[in-house]
Amino acid sequence: MSIRLYLLQRVSAAILAVLVLMHLAVIAYAVQGGLSAEEILSRTRGSLGWGLFYGLFVLTVAVHGSIGLRGILTEWTRLGRGAASGAAWASAAILLALGLRAVWAVTA
Amino acid sequence: MINELEVRIKRGGAGGGYEDFRVPQRENQTVLDVVTWIQREADPTLTYRFACRVGVCGSCAMTVNGRPRWTCRTHVSKVAGDGRLVIEPLANLPVIKDLASDMTGFFEKWQAARGRFEAAISRDDPLVPVSPTSPERREADAAIECINCGVCYSACDVVAWNPDYLGPAALNRAWAAWNDVRDGDRDGLLRTVGGDAGCGNCHSHQSCAEHCPVEINPTRSIAGLKRASLVALLKGGA
Repeated sequence: MSIRLYLLQRVSAAILAVLVLMHLAVIAYAVQGGLSAEEILSRTRGSLGWGLFYGLFVLTVAVHGSIGLRGILTEWTRLGRGAASGAAWASAAILLALGLRAVWAVTA
Repeated sequence: MINELEVRIKRGGAGGGYEDFRVPQRENQTVLDVVTWIQREADPTLTYRFACRVGVCGSCAMTVNGRPRWTCRTHVSKVAGDGRLVIEPLANLPVIKDLASDMTGFFEKWQAARGRFEAAISRDDPLVPVSPTSPERREADAAIECINCGVCYSACDVVAWNPDYLGPAALNRAWAAWNDVRDGDRDGLLRTVGGDAGCGNCHSHQSCAEHCPVEINPTRSIAGLKRASLVALLKGGA
């Protein structure tokens, strides 16, 4: 991969490391009082903070996962770099669309 | 000592098979001695490549019992305690015939990594002093003894997975070239090695360093190129 993709993957990994730990910590904390959709939505609905948190989460997942997928396709399949890049862009678009739709659904 | 070695040799081209030979075992016998004995005494059609026989030229590298090695500097007693040898051409390169690999792509990547000196001044200008103790010169020193044998390239997993990858030898050379402060296009070199086939592909498995017969560490050189390329990118120079 080019050094630009290398940088993007490392930066997104560094951000994700923090976000994933916060995500897991919130799960561990939130389930203590029982877990229900209502309880989750009461915390996230109308919350700009959680919207930004999970929006950034989705964005970094889309970047990090797609670059990783491109690397795997390049190294483990006979796809050319163009096809691997196309698949990576498609996966990024799908991850972004599904992820942001979910973030919107629980925070709007 | 076992009196006879059981030697299995890869024959033919890409689709070839193996042929077994029994070779007399001798004291202080190298793998290259074994291959030479087979060609002279058993089968003169066996194709292989060597020149200096003393670890200077780097042309006799082959895969010996699964590991890339200089056959001239590999004693049979060190690698075949049970008296069995499997000798194949270097991996990750096309086979010309038998044990001779086609090194063309390897050397083309050397050029593609821009491992050559780009002069910034003419011969009429005064010499630029380079201190032997400067950090750049020390980095270049650590990388510069490569003799292009292809062992690291053959050992590299990423080359096996991604044939476009420039590979450890070419990038190690680029690192030595980049540390030459007299070079007139060091930023251009970073743009080259920072491309899609360049240093960003290295997984740092360190097979290159593990197998290098002269104990160069190309993984370290590639890590240096990654750092330099990232700095140049962040500064807007790459």
